[in-house]
Order: sequence, then structure tokens, then C-alpha cells
Amino acid sequence: MAKLFAVTVILIAIGSAIPILMHTFVPPVDISTHGPLIDEQMSETMAEAGISFLAAQIILGVFVWKFSRTQGRIGSFPGGARGLVAAAVILVGVEVFALGAFGARAWAGIYFTAPGPNAMRIQAQAGQFAFYFRYPGPDGKFGPLHPDLINEGTQNFFGLDPDHDPEAKDDIVTAELAVPVNREIHLLMHAKDVGHSFFVRELRIQQDFVPGLDVSVHFTTNKVGRYEIVCTQLCGLGHYNMKAYLNVMSQADFDAWLKQQASQQ
Amino acid sequence: MTIRYKITAAFSALVLFALGALVLSTNVSAAGEGKITGTVKFTGTPPHERPIDMSKEPYCQKLHASNPVKTENVVVGPDGSLEWVVLYISEGLSGSAASAVSSEKPKWDQKGCQYIPHVMALDANQHFLVTNSDPTSHNIHPLPKAGGGNNQWNKSQPPGAPPIDTSWPGEEVAIQVKCNIHPWMHGYMAVVKGPNAVTDEKGAYTISGVPPGSYTVTAWQETLGTQTQKVTVAAGKPATADFTFKGK
Amino acid sequence: MHDMHVPAVHHHAPPQGFIRKHVFSLDHKVIGEQYYGLALLAVLIGMVLSWIMRLHLGWPTLSIPGLQLLSKNGAPGGIPTPEYYLQLMTMHGTFMVFFVLTTAPFAGFGNYFLPIQVGAEDMPFPHFNMMSFWVTFVAFVVALAAFFVPDGPPLSGWTGYAPLSALGAVAGPGQGLGQVLWAASLAIFCVGQLLGSLNFISTTLDMRCKGMSMMRLPLTVWAWFITSAMGLTAFAVLMPACILLILDHVAGTSFFVASNLVVNDQLQPHSGGSTLLWQHLFWFFGHPEVYVAIVPGMGVVSHVLITNMRRPMLSHRVLIYSMAALAFLSYMVYGHHMFVSGMNPFSSIVFSFPTLAITIPSTIIVLIWIGSLYGAKLRINSASLFALGFISLFVSGGVSGFFLAQPSLDILLHATYFVVGHFHFTMAIAAIFGIFAGTYFWFSKVTGRMMNETLGKIHFWFTFVGAYSIFMPFHYLGIAGNVRRYQAFVDDYLQPLLGVHKFITVAALVTGAAQLIFLYNLIYSRFRGPKAPQNPWEATSLEWTIPSPPPFDNFGGKLPVVYHDPYQYGIEASSGDYVMQDSPEQVQTVHDEK
Repeated sequence: MAKLFAVTVILIAIGSAIPILMHTFVPPVDISTHGPLIDEQMSETMAEAGISFLAAQIILGVFVWKFSRTQGRIGSFPGGARGLVAAAVILVGVEVFALGAFGARAWAGIYFTAPGPNAMRIQAQAGQFAFYFRYPGPDGKFGPLHPDLINEGTQNFFGLDPDHDPEAKDDIVTAELAVPVNREIHLLMHAKDVGHSFFVRELRIQQDFVPGLDVSVHFTTNKVGRYEIVCTQLCGLGHYNMKAYLNVMSQADFDAWLKQQASQQ
Repeated sequence: MTIRYKITAAFSALVLFALGALVLSTNVSAAGEGKITGTVKFTGTPPHERPIDMSKEPYCQKLHASNPVKTENVVVGPDGSLEWVVLYISEGLSGSAASAVSSEKPKWDQKGCQYIPHVMALDANQHFLVTNSDPTSHNIHPLPKAGGGNNQWNKSQPPGAPPIDTSWPGEEVAIQVKCNIHPWMHGYMAVVKGPNAVTDEKGAYTISGVPPGSYTVTAWQETLGTQTQKVTVAAGKPATADFTFKGK
Repeated sequence: MHDMHVPAVHHHAPPQGFIRKHVFSLDHKVIGEQYYGLALLAVLIGMVLSWIMRLHLGWPTLSIPGLQLLSKNGAPGGIPTPEYYLQLMTMHGTFMVFFVLTTAPFAGFGNYFLPIQVGAEDMPFPHFNMMSFWVTFVAFVVALAAFFVPDGPPLSGWTGYAPLSALGAVAGPGQGLGQVLWAASLAIFCVGQLLGSLNFISTTLDMRCKGMSMMRLPLTVWAWFITSAMGLTAFAVLMPACILLILDHVAGTSFFVASNLVVNDQLQPHSGGSTLLWQHLFWFFGHPEVYVAIVPGMGVVSHVLITNMRRPMLSHRVLIYSMAALAFLSYMVYGHHMFVSGMNPFSSIVFSFPTLAITIPSTIIVLIWIGSLYGAKLRINSASLFALGFISLFVSGGVSGFFLAQPSLDILLHATYFVVGHFHFTMAIAAIFGIFAGTYFWFSKVTGRMMNETLGKIHFWFTFVGAYSIFMPFHYLGIAGNVRRYQAFVDDYLQPLLGVHKFITVAALVTGAAQLIFLYNLIYSRFRGPKAPQNPWEATSLEWTIPSPPPFDNFGGKLPVVYHDPYQYGIEASSGDYVMQDSPEQVQTVHDEK
């Protein structure tokens, strides 16, 4: 039975590693300028975690195989407890802190830099169970929000009052997040009701919407295409179907799109 | 069985029969002959109805690709006719006509990520069926005013689920119905006493089953508010009440 | 430490009558059994809930037979609605985390064996102990009651994130009364755990018999002691958080609800609350809770392994210090649940380093286990198989922590099935393996009968292979970007992954069904199993020095005296290769290796 356990553990370990080595399950291709650092960090972590995983499982299996129902005196691990503790502290300590330090670099690239002065500001609003987006229009200013005016039946998703607020007059509200490619976007995130999250796998961005606290992220895309935006913070019964699309367009296409959207307001 | 039980049983049966007869008689007398008809019009510039972007639900978006759906807050026909106006008798009904409950079971369908119909008029306690004709889940979330006779509820209906059969116990004009999964979906259920109608795409309506008498007819529109008119219904002769709502 | 104060032995008569003996019992052993029974009931419910969820995820249009009888609203025609799925998910998490993973390995085994292993005849506060169980039972009933209120249980997950959990019925089905019942249940549960932890700590510190120094305590006692210290502080934070949440519902306060929120086009009458406050309070409890679930399992596994390896661990002390380090660090890492929550991104970096550092004590523990196997004379039985399985699963769950400890990778993996796989391996299935190891090991002591070893081994193989088949693919799904807490995968992106979900569902059904073998073995052996000798595993600790089942006052009115460290194996003594802790026999004993 010990041998069966040893073989099973080793087979499970190797079997578990195969889909990873074959790249059967991988994140979709990155479309952001900050993404390569994250992807690199991911493969490094995978390598270190994978080696630790395989080593531990295989050694466990080998020891169980070798040391069951043995005869004679009890043996002892060469190096003893002190050796193992030293190995854990030095090997694993160095490994994880190196990962932490390099990982912090990837994180800092997104969160510790300010958006450039030319970043395009777009507001994203999350509510049960849809995203809506607002572009400031030609005046470059967002009109103030009046939560009491929100009425989804009349499609006033943000609570704008264009009759009284001149800045709100030219605001463009859309259900799709269209952005020009290679342009830095500063996304201002506003939660209407409960917590939500903005996750675009290809964009390597995941950030919660916090009710009562407007947060922002900034990013630059480098590939034209249509990508899914999903909600990853449990927000209620429609959570599974809370999504929108990120539409990365050429500048010309984007200008035309924005013009068409403006005409429909 | 003792004689006393027999008497009790016989008496109970009698009471039940009497109650049944009472209920039946109300239904019979409610089907009176009188009618109120008319049209509802809109003058002025109708508000801009925005097209609805349904990209969130690809099935519905595809369905309406050639003819995008617009909001239905004020639906005005080419000749100024106003659709989706609820008409009901707010004063003058008495007795059985007031307490009559229609036995019709109207359908409130969710189709193409829209409510069909957009506005529905019902009697209090009249049953209706909520159905889902879409291959996606909708949640039906009516929002009656707090403290009234009706309680808010919120239920999902996955594709293929059986219809929901329910009713509203209290009068209320009108209960907004929302789908949170598709936030643009909204409609109204007007719960009233006695006969009622909703205008069609020509702005026309007919309230039937009105016994002869003098009444106040109220017209309700979701964003334009209410108007009233006094009418007199004579036997065999329909009364007419036309309404005109003014835009800004 | 040897001349400590030994409490006087009170000779009290065992209670008479069914109620005093089996229901409102003051006996720590009966209370331990009651906790175990409660966990068994809760795990059955939790497992059925997970089956319904799995079936629905694998076959979204399947009408699950009989489900519409269970909930007409939740599953019209037998197909779960989106809200019903989330409600089942919430209750699955709540039952499993609180009423299974906290009660069985900690309160269940701990209550039964901690006093015996320290050489005491009961806990110092038996009335508190009885209360702790019945309070926990009330908490269970309150949580269960949420199924029977009109809108059903809450749908906000076992983490109950505000403001979804604080806004009331307007936020969704179950968010009104159901959510209040949920919060009340947890608050009550905390009271039970606080009373229990208090007893565990005072028993360990004050009730040890003569000769039982702290370092002579078995690793199980150390694990329960460390867990109690964690429980005392963690549950003391969850309870007020739940009370504040209830106040937001019933008293119109706004602790967790910010101003100007609009739900269903209605401006909410709340202002000034903080969304992140709930997350901070919850995870300050929640992360230590993970260790509350797993540390007792580490103790049980060490205890079982040592007995079956016929040798002590390479270092008793290092294991104890490492478990204490885990507990200590567990308070400093909770922020890793909140990397993308909107808290200051600088905090994420600060929280990521202690999170990575917690790998070090975990690795030491695993290395000591594996290193101790070297040169051992391992005996394979159901208990030791489950203990070895625990190590394998804990390693698998541990390495995925490398990823989740890093904020930059959390961007890709947060809220995906990767996280689900990670915590199911570590706190869920590994802890369950600890429970199984403890059950197969101690069953004979509790009942006086042996469990069937063949059935035990069959149970192990199904469960071990099954656990990997279920939870390893979760990691793959997560890497590919499969978001968790979705009741259906409606978008094109996730469609190709449906096959993996089907595979997981089948594995979950088979593995779950295999648990019936365990249930049968447990019940059959309880009544029909062969009579057990007093010390079938040739173990050394105090529970094996007394008859099976133990008498009412454990040691027959005469408290033991301890002469040895707990794990004196691999030596030459008159009884064989081991010497009991209470044996005055002078032999060459083993000490920690350097």
C-alpha cells in the first residue's frame, strides 16, 4: 500500500504539471503596455512554484516507498532538523522575497505612476448589473452627478442634469468602452450601488469599484480588437451576466464612433 | 354521526353555497354593457427617445440589429397619438362594479430584452402571468411604493422556467417593473379598481363593462402625469373621453 | 516546570438521566462528540449544496430532479435561478467554514482529547463548555433558518461584502431577513468559540497533571492551544462586525454603507459609512480563521504520523514554534485578500511581504514532516494514509500561495477559480483529511470499537484521487481567466472551458458518493465493530493509558503523573519500541535532533 501511495502521489504530481508545461490553460494574449512585466512575473513564479511542488511531492512519495515497514533501527535525516530549517529559511526565503521584490516592480508600474497629462479621461460606472461609460465631450469636463436624478428607464444612468449643468450638456454616455489604440487612458471608477470590479483579462487590469470611494486606473492598449469586461466582485443575482466590451479602435475609427454616439444622446 | 353534526354540516354547506353564489353574481353583473372610448394625443415636441445599446446581451443586440429599440417613456405616433396611457375609472364606481375582478389572465412577457407589453393595467387581485421568451435569464423586480398594500419582490426567471402566476392585492398607479440584469428594461403595471384600458399605437382605447352612470375617468402616463374627465355612460351608448397631453 | 501546581482531584459522580448525560452534558468528551456530530450534519448539507452547484455549472439547462420540491422559487422546474445558485454558494461556504472546519478539528477533537492529553479530568469551566456547544448549535439553527424565510438565505457569499450585505432587501433576494439571520448566526457562533477558546487555553495552562511541562504536551495540544489563542482574538473581531452589520439593517445606521448610493433608481437613506471597513474587519478575522481551520489538522497529522512512523518528529520544538509563527503572522497578512479592493496600493506591497514570509514556517513544517519520514518505520493504515494525503494536499495548496501573495499576479488571478482551488486545497480538503486521519486514529478510543480498515483504505483512495481531480483543475481554470461566483458562463470566452467544469462535476459526485463508505463505516463500526484493545496503535500519549471508551472522569479518580516527552518511539523498552508518557520506566529516550 505504501508503494501504491508513492506511485499515486508522483503520478498526480507529474499529471498536474503536464497541462501547465503544455500551456493548455493560459491567460489570453496581453494587449497592454504594462502587461509584459506581469506575464514575466507569472512565468517566473510558475517555474519556482512548479519546482517546489514537484520536488516536495516526489520526495514525499520516495520516502513513503522507502521507509515503510523497514526493519532495524530508526534512521535519521542527514542534516537533521537544523539543516531543514536552514534550507527552508535560506532557499524558500530567498526565493519568495525575490519574487516579492520583482513582483512589486510590476505592481509599481501600474499603481505607483501618475497618468500622463495627455491621458484621455473616461469615467466608468458600475451598477447592478451593467457598466456604463462617460466621455466628457468637447469641453473636456464631466458634468456633476445628481444621484437623485438617476433613472435607468429614461437611460439617465449617471444622474446628469444637462438642462441646468452646462458641463453635462455634451457628456457622452455609452454602454461600451471604446478607446483609441496606443493612447493612455485614465479610467475614473465610480460605483453606483454595491461593490463591483473591472476585469479585462487581455488588459491585465483588475480593480474593484468601491461605493463611496472613487478610484482610478490608467493603461495604454497596443492592439485593436474587442475584449470582454467582466465584473469580478460578487454584486448580486446578475453578477454572472454583468459585462461590457472594451473596444480598442484606431484613432480615426474612435473619432467616428464618438461622433455617432454623441448624436444619439 | 349525531344529529347535531349533521345540522352543522348542512349549515356549513348552505353558507358555502351562499358565498359561492355571491361571488358568481358579482362576476355576472360586472359584465355590464356600457363602454367608454376615446383617443389620447400628444401636442408639442415629443422628447428625444434614445436608442438602447444592448451590447451586454449579444442575443438581444443581434435581434434588434436592423431596428434598434428606443426608450418608451413617451411613444408618439406620426399623427400625435400617444401609446401606453392607462385609463381607468377613478370615481363613480360602486358596489359590484367596483369590486369586480377580471378573470382574464394577461401575460407580461420578456422578449428581446423588452417587456411586452410596456404598460399593463390590472384589477387588484387579478392574476397575471410573467413569462420569459428569451434564451437568457431575466429578473423581474417590481418596485411598489413602500407602505402601500403591495410588497416588493425580486425573482429570476431562467430560460425555460415555468410562468410566474401572481397578482397585486392593493391598488397602485403605477408599479414600476425593472430587470436588474438588463437595466434598460422597464415597464409599468397599473393596479386599479374596476374596468380599465391602455392606449394602443393609434392612441385609442376602450374601457368596456361599465354600468350606466356618471364617472371620473383618469388617464395616466408614466412621465406626463395624470388627467381626469367626467363622463356619463348611458345604457347601450358608449361615452367618449379624449385626452391631450402637452409636451414641454 | 515539574513542580507545578496540581489541582486536587474532585470525586464527583457521573450524571444520571439521559438529558444530563447526552444532551446538556458537562462532560468534555460528550461535548466533543456533540461538536463532531454537528460538523457531520453540516458537512452533509454543505456537500449536497455543492453537488447542486456543480451539476448546474456542468449542465446549466439540466433540471435537477427533486430540486423544485426543495425550493419552488429557487428552482422553478428544477433549474436553479441565478440568485438560488448564489444562495447555495453562500450557505455552502458558511456551513463548511464555520460549522465544519472550525467545529470538527478544533472544538470536536480538541474538546474530547485536550483534557485527557494534558492529564485533566475535565475542563476548568464545564458550564461554559456546555454553553459553547449549545450556543454553536443555536448559531447553526439560525443559519439553517435562513433557508425558510420568504426570500431565502443571503446571496452575498460567505464573506458577506458590504454594502451588498448591508443595504437590505432592495439589494437582492435574501439580502433582507436572510442576511440578518446570517449575521446573527455568525455573531452567536463567535460567542461559542470565545467560550470554547477560553476553556482550551485555561485547561492547557492550568490543568496539566504532574510532570506535564509545556514541552511535554503532545503536538495536538499545542495546535489546539495556538488555535484557541487565534480564535480568541479573531472571533472577537468578527462578532462586533456582525453586530454592526445587523444594526445597518435594523437600526438605520450606516457603518458599512457610503453616501449617495442608488439601488433600483432609489437613493438609499444611508450616509457616511465605509465599504472597506467591512473588508478590513472581516479579513482581520478571516485570515486567522484559515489557520483556525488548518492548524488543528497539522497537530492531528503530526500526532498520527509520529505514532505510525514509530519515531518522533525531527524536532518537536521547531514544529511548535513554526505553528506559533503561522498564527502570529496570520494577523499581518489579511490584506492580501484586498490587493485589488481599492485600498491604498502601497498597502498591497506592505501586506505582500508577510504573506510571502508565511511560506517559511509552512515550509519548515512540511520539511520536518517529510524529513522525519526518512529512516522511519512507517505503518500504513487508514489514519496514516490520510495524514500523508494531508501533507501532499497542503503542499499543493501552499505553492499556489506563491502566486496569490503577489499583488501583481493577483491582478490576473483574483476572484478566479485559482483562488477557489487554492483555499479548497489548504483550508478545506486538507483540513478534512486531518479530520479523517483523527477519526480513523481515535475512533477506537471514543467508542471502544475498531473501524474497518479495508473500507477506510477504499475511502482514502477515492477521496485522495477525487480531491485532486476536483481541485487541481480549478487552478487551470483560474489561470485561463475563469471568474468565480458565476452561476452560468454566458460569454463566448468561457464556453471552451465548460468541458473542464463537467469533468469537475463528475469527480465531485463520485468523491462525494464515496463519503458514504465513511459514513457507513462510522455508523456500522460504532455498533458492530470488533472490540478495541486499549492501545491498538501502540501509542504513547495519555489517552492511550485509559480504557476505551474512557470513564466519566477520564482517569478513574486518580490523575496521572508524566515522566517522559510525549513521543518516545524507536527505543528499546519493556513494552516494545515505545514507552508511555506515564510509565516510570527508565529507558534511553530520544531528544530533538539538532
